[in-house]
Amino acid sequence: MSSKFLEAGLSTGEARDSSVTSLPTRIAANTPATHGIARNPGMALDLGFLESMRNVNRSALERRVASLTKRRSIKADNQAAWLLRSIACMDLTTLNSNDTDERVRRLCAKAINPLRRDIAEGLGLGDTVIRPAAVCVYHPFVATAVDAVKGTGIHVAAVSTAFPHGLAPLATRLQEIEASVKDGADEIDVVIPRGLVFGAKWQELYDEIVAMRAACGEAHLKVILGTGDLATLRNVMLASMVAMMAGADFVKTSTGKESVNATLPVGLAMVRSIRAYFEHTGYLIGFKPAGGISTAKVSLDWLVLMKEELGRPWLEPELFRFGASSLLTDIERQLEHHLTGRYSANHRHAMA
Amino acid sequence: MNILERYAAMEYDAAPEARNEADAWLAGRDFGKALFIGGEWKAAAGGKTFETSEPATGKLLAKISDAGDADIDAAVAAAAKALPKWSAQSGYARAKVLYAIGRAMQRHQRLFAVLESIDNGKPIRESRDIDVPLAIRHFIHHAGWAQSLDKEFPDHKPVGVVGQIIPWNFPLLMLAWKIAPALAAGCTVVLKPAEYTPLTAILFAEICERAGVPKGVVNIVPGGPEAGAAIVNHPGVQKIAFTGSSEVGKIIRKATAGSGKKLSLELGGKSAFIVFEDADLDSAVEGLVDGIWFNQGQVCCAGSRLLVQEGVSDAFIAKVKTRMGRLRVGSPLDKNTDIGPLVDKTQLDRVNGLVAEGAKQGAECWQPDCPLPSTGYFYLPTLAIGVSPANILAQEEVFGPVLAAMTFRSTEEAIELANNTRYGLAASVWSENINLALHAAPQLKAGVVWVNGTNMFDAACGFGGYRESGFGREGGREGMLEYLSVKLPLGSAIKPATAEKITERTETDGIGIDRTAKLFIGGKQVRPDGNYSLPVADRKGKLAGEVGLGSRKDIRDAVSAARGAKAWAEATGYNRSQVLYFLAENLSARADEFSARLVQLTGVSAKAAREEVELSIERLFSFAGMADKFEGRVHAPPARAVTLALHEPVGVIGIVAPDEAPLLGLISLAAPALAMGNTVVAVPSQKHALLATDLYQVIEYSDVPAGAINIVTGKHAELAAVLAKHDDVDGLWCVADADTCKLVEAESIGNLKRVWTSNGRNVDWRSDLVAGDAFLRRAVEVKNVWVPYGD
Repeated sequence: MSSKFLEAGLSTGEARDSSVTSLPTRIAANTPATHGIARNPGMALDLGFLESMRNVNRSALERRVASLTKRRSIKADNQAAWLLRSIACMDLTTLNSNDTDERVRRLCAKAINPLRRDIAEGLGLGDTVIRPAAVCVYHPFVATAVDAVKGTGIHVAAVSTAFPHGLAPLATRLQEIEASVKDGADEIDVVIPRGLVFGAKWQELYDEIVAMRAACGEAHLKVILGTGDLATLRNVMLASMVAMMAGADFVKTSTGKESVNATLPVGLAMVRSIRAYFEHTGYLIGFKPAGGISTAKVSLDWLVLMKEELGRPWLEPELFRFGASSLLTDIERQLEHHLTGRYSANHRHAMA
Repeated sequence: MNILERYAAMEYDAAPEARNEADAWLAGRDFGKALFIGGEWKAAAGGKTFETSEPATGKLLAKISDAGDADIDAAVAAAAKALPKWSAQSGYARAKVLYAIGRAMQRHQRLFAVLESIDNGKPIRESRDIDVPLAIRHFIHHAGWAQSLDKEFPDHKPVGVVGQIIPWNFPLLMLAWKIAPALAAGCTVVLKPAEYTPLTAILFAEICERAGVPKGVVNIVPGGPEAGAAIVNHPGVQKIAFTGSSEVGKIIRKATAGSGKKLSLELGGKSAFIVFEDADLDSAVEGLVDGIWFNQGQVCCAGSRLLVQEGVSDAFIAKVKTRMGRLRVGSPLDKNTDIGPLVDKTQLDRVNGLVAEGAKQGAECWQPDCPLPSTGYFYLPTLAIGVSPANILAQEEVFGPVLAAMTFRSTEEAIELANNTRYGLAASVWSENINLALHAAPQLKAGVVWVNGTNMFDAACGFGGYRESGFGREGGREGMLEYLSVKLPLGSAIKPATAEKITERTETDGIGIDRTAKLFIGGKQVRPDGNYSLPVADRKGKLAGEVGLGSRKDIRDAVSAARGAKAWAEATGYNRSQVLYFLAENLSARADEFSARLVQLTGVSAKAAREEVELSIERLFSFAGMADKFEGRVHAPPARAVTLALHEPVGVIGIVAPDEAPLLGLISLAAPALAMGNTVVAVPSQKHALLATDLYQVIEYSDVPAGAINIVTGKHAELAAVLAKHDDVDGLWCVADADTCKLVEAESIGNLKRVWTSNGRNVDWRSDLVAGDAFLRRAVEVKNVWVPYGD
């Protein structure tokens, strides 16, 4: 800083005199990722705070995401690195009615070996293994998955609570969580009954999520809002905030079964709710967009969104996940292209 | 860094835009012959050149021919030669040319974008995603205006040869804003790009060559102040369109005074960015990024004054600081750059100086801790908090990435602070409450108001300022009118008033009781401040009576009364129409008396006098009827938004009325002004002033709120000059001798009031054109309120 600035009485540095905690803005290159972040204990349902989150301007959010994805460009080696990050932040998912144990084993095998050996070598990964953070399956396949990924560090996530609609009796839904935890799932993706949002039944929604969190025990709780069903970004913001107050470790956009899945404006609203919750409580909540994220390019847009709105800590699997199934193959193809300059074909990569 | 290190860092890296095509274009061109005149590339007649360099590096880009007087002469001659054929062409033919320009630009848009970023320093993301697409949109949009001209603008004719002078902050976009409507209207142009940024204009001229623009229709003359002055002063130019500083705008206004040139000025600003406590604060922060850190803050409508409601101020400022820390300052050709260099060292020095002075005056200036490139004219984004309205950073246009923040308590205070400026270009209003937003928008003295957004532009919407931000609009229907004119039926030249020799009193008088004609100010009959009188002669040169000799102090009082008459401006159109109808009704009841007075004073026949009175009544009726009909429009920009083009009153309008048809002239001017909600200070015919003093009695009976219309009798030229120099008068319409008309135009620069004069000529007040929209248009400012929607 030149003396001219000092003469002008300019100060530089982090935000001061603010009534809110500022986000961790900068982390130097190669700083280890934030491991072992404190788990969100939740807070009492604060309807006043909730009310203050009501102001969500859809047009402005749409403009923000439109310019965000155009104002940041990830190219060349950086693109390869960021795509590896997309893999590391992935919940490799199969959620089909015709899933079988064998199908789930195949998914797990892909998660364990996500990259063709020549690609991994070409990228110079050496001994570093970059794998999806978790596999995500229906309850009946939890035990199979746990067995398949044993010793790899890959988490097993189970979708739960009458996924995807969430309309079974609460007791049934809680039992479902307990059963999956018992089978070894250490991450539980629950759905909320969307009707509670339309009815503004915040207390009921809060109580249900608190109960789900209790049922999870040590397993991490991801709360799926079903944003495609929630009609407005305001509803998304409010539901997300209630979920965090009730103790969600992650908030997640969609089941993948709604007619509209994860969109960037929805993601932006949720990411801003996470920021507000952090500013209010100091706890870092994770975010999981899911559904429809199937190309490497789109995954980069989401990474940019996280980095711009929340910062570097939210580019770790502890705080960010993609729910995806076909994304991995597309990333693998792009990585091959990065190495060879040739466009690849799906069939040249092992399927999940 | 290897890939794993990058994987750990997750930083952005340089993502450079390729510049080889632009460099090849630069290398392959003879910039010593860069004047595009009459379809030919020419060197400057004097052989002079100027340099344009790259703001990011300071490196010389090219030496460009520097147009001088002789070159401007040649360019104006070429434009004049091309004019008859071009303006006579069918709208369809002109539309095809505009369309071809737009499409050709589209085919070369990346070259335009890269060249713009190299020459100006703006981030490639902005030139590529904003400037160039908007410029293209302008040409394609205006193709439609060209074709529909006769239908949409009956009675209008192209102004003629237009001189256009554009700034360096949006070189191509400003060129498009100038040239597209001019060509659509059938005008031919001589355009001077800014010295710092001539390159895209030269590329544009190449496009014109290829797109089939007839020779001489578009002339591009790079040059400096000399070329600018030559354009402004050229007698062959019928209109000047200028975008730039208020300082130069005022020089141009003065220089063109009395020339009869049509003028539009788009000047500086100090636009307010108002954040109410119920705003989406995170989005408002992004709006601010678009508002003040767009194009390094070198934007005339930059939201440079942040007004934030006290209750959310701390939280909001904290968010702003966090966001500022994520802005990336760097090479304009890096796709990850948010803020490029300022355009030139001069500009960097200016910003440095203003920020230093602002800090000295008590502002707390803050900058994020982010790296700056080692070369180039970079300036870190800066937030100044605790800025008082008197601080230089709140008063002066910085034209750099410097935000001045202050707080407010109530909506009323926000509006007061927002309007506490000489400028009036734009404003942003952030609130999720549509009642509040649409309550605030009309009260803001700004030509453009963005609700929950900022720096939104479109070819279909008008852009331009109130107050010293200039006048005229660019874009939309209102923008087309700047290149068209309705030829009012002008008559003989007006001779300057001379002291009349009044010999004796008329015989018929003296029977009744002596009457004292007074001034009419603030709804009251008042004696002139100086307490002198002016004799008024009858048709035979005998004394008909005496009127008050109004002085500058009476004008001061009248303006003050007019400014205070808020009830009139805020009345509904229906309300105003009823008052004007009532005025007509009461005048009609005294038609005989006014006819007799006209005969007595002017010597017209009784029949002619009666006709003038009846026509005056008819005209009052006509404008009474338009008071609730001369409405704005809703523009349709290509976005999920409506843009409300509101017709707002200009404010206080001074009217200097003619001697010829003294009643009809006065009413033809005052009625449209009043109809649209303006308040009026009228200086009636000096020669026949008794008509006006008779008229105030009618006004008194007609429920006109006090101060809505004020009448100051006295010496025409003297009072006209006082009105012109009064900086609280927003508009001035003057029918007077040539010298007086020139004087009021020249003296209007204090606050850049909107002036219309008859250029020393009489006006045929009987014409339908006078009764039409011509004066209604001058009686309103068009304010474009952008309302994006969606939930």
